[in-house]
Amino acid sequence: MLEYDFMRTAFAASGMAAILAGTVGFFLVLRGQTFAGHALSHVGFTGATGAILFGLSPLAGLVGFTFVSGIGMGLFGEKLAERDVAIGMMLSLALGLGLLFLHFYTTGATQAAALLFGNVLGVDNSALTTLALLSIGSLVALAYIARPLIFASLQPDLAEARGVPIRFVSVGFLAIVGIAVAECAQIVGVLLVFTLMVGPAAAAQNFSRRLIGGVLLAGGLALAEAWGGLTLAYYTDWPTSFWITALSGLVYFASLAVRFRAR
Amino acid sequence: MSALRFHNVTVRLGGRDILSAASFGVEEGEFIGVLGANGAGKTTLMRAALGLVPVASGAISVFDRPVTRGNAAIGYVPQVRGTIAGLRLTGWDVVASAAIGGRFGFVTLDKATRREIDWALDEVGARDFARRSIGELSGGERQRVLLSQALIGRPRLLLLDEPLISLDPAHQKSVVETARGICRDLKVTILFSAHELNPLVNAIDRVLYLGGGEAVIGAVDDVVNGPVLSRLYGAPIEVVRIKDRYFVMAGDVDVERDAHRHDDHVHSHSHDHNDAHA
Repeated sequence: MLEYDFMRTAFAASGMAAILAGTVGFFLVLRGQTFAGHALSHVGFTGATGAILFGLSPLAGLVGFTFVSGIGMGLFGEKLAERDVAIGMMLSLALGLGLLFLHFYTTGATQAAALLFGNVLGVDNSALTTLALLSIGSLVALAYIARPLIFASLQPDLAEARGVPIRFVSVGFLAIVGIAVAECAQIVGVLLVFTLMVGPAAAAQNFSRRLIGGVLLAGGLALAEAWGGLTLAYYTDWPTSFWITALSGLVYFASLAVRFRAR
Repeated sequence: MSALRFHNVTVRLGGRDILSAASFGVEEGEFIGVLGANGAGKTTLMRAALGLVPVASGAISVFDRPVTRGNAAIGYVPQVRGTIAGLRLTGWDVVASAAIGGRFGFVTLDKATRREIDWALDEVGARDFARRSIGELSGGERQRVLLSQALIGRPRLLLLDEPLISLDPAHQKSVVETARGICRDLKVTILFSAHELNPLVNAIDRVLYLGGGEAVIGAVDDVVNGPVLSRLYGAPIEVVRIKDRYFVMAGDVDVERDAHRHDDHVHSHSHDHNDAHA
């Protein structure tokens, strides 16, 4: 299977996106912000369809929109109740706009399906370079803010008292989430971003009680699920995104069983 | 030198004076019980000393220096929130995350920090159970783990905000004794806030009672009596003392107990968790 150029590209692209998504997802789950990640992917749909309509690259529209929206979401503030409603409204608005853009771009049915459910086999070499640069940049940025981010996620009151810049950390983190979502959407589509961002991370937190071990496990699981999905898709000719969701679900429910048996 | 001094401090939050021209001083090495009804300003007082709440007028000094945010001389244990009680991470990792949580960059735990974490856990007798999931600890064990993180960096003043909340009497006792031991062995000044005086009464040196924006500090019998509390609550209060238990009564209602019940409701989330593991 690796003798085909498009398969090698697909493995490389999905591998990079998966490692980033799994790692970022660990913090997303730790902070209880998975809904924000979900909403960002819908915003990405608007960005991508808008970009297609205006003749730009969908990947640029996707990344640009999720990145800026991540920052905007971070600036909304810390109150969870308010935030959920605000994010939900943004989510609906974004999908509505995306629908409108598709309506004007009448020949876009396959394009829409690729955006919604992913098309990892369609990644070309220039997109691969972009994904690689974004992955590396995001992981470096995440590692840089990791310690204050973990502290502020676990004990916000104490972190604030110790002088941790809470607002800066949470805005910075959501900007990184925005990029991870965009990468992930490229592989499994905007509707299934949860499967690579939240599934492996939540499973890792069930399997492991440790922090660093959990982060590495989340990245590893995401990578295994993405590559496993791709391999299964190659041999069955069923959609890659289906296989990734199936593996992600399987691992997550297995982790639940392990966690509750351990009690 | 006084560890903490409030001089005519007024703190206004949401248009209400939480503290109005409150003055008191805590000497170095003292173990102070901070009492008062809900909303009397126990948390606000601590947050003001940490520089997290602006002071409308007056001055606060910590070891004769003005308040600064992120003051390394102060160790702080905020009220427990529900989130931490549901975590699966080990207590050790939570403590470690606080120990190096202030630093940006590519920070790893070095040997010295690991030793410091183990030392802090030993001080509160939590080294053994810190290897377990923090969510699976009993309320009292969890509280001791959280207390240990305040010791890292060797602060000289500890502010403990309601560490007894939703603990059963046996766990309350272990937390109070742990705090008392820290105060004695490490020569640390401690402010320990609580809803009820009774779990603290044999451990504390003096009591700081808040009410009506005022703060009164003194020996227990000089503060917890009818005339002083009637002034602080702005209502007729009687104090009934049976051996070394105190009952603060407004008419036929036990004020401190009722305040606690009210708080159980407010903190129902964390309370549920504690119940499950108590």
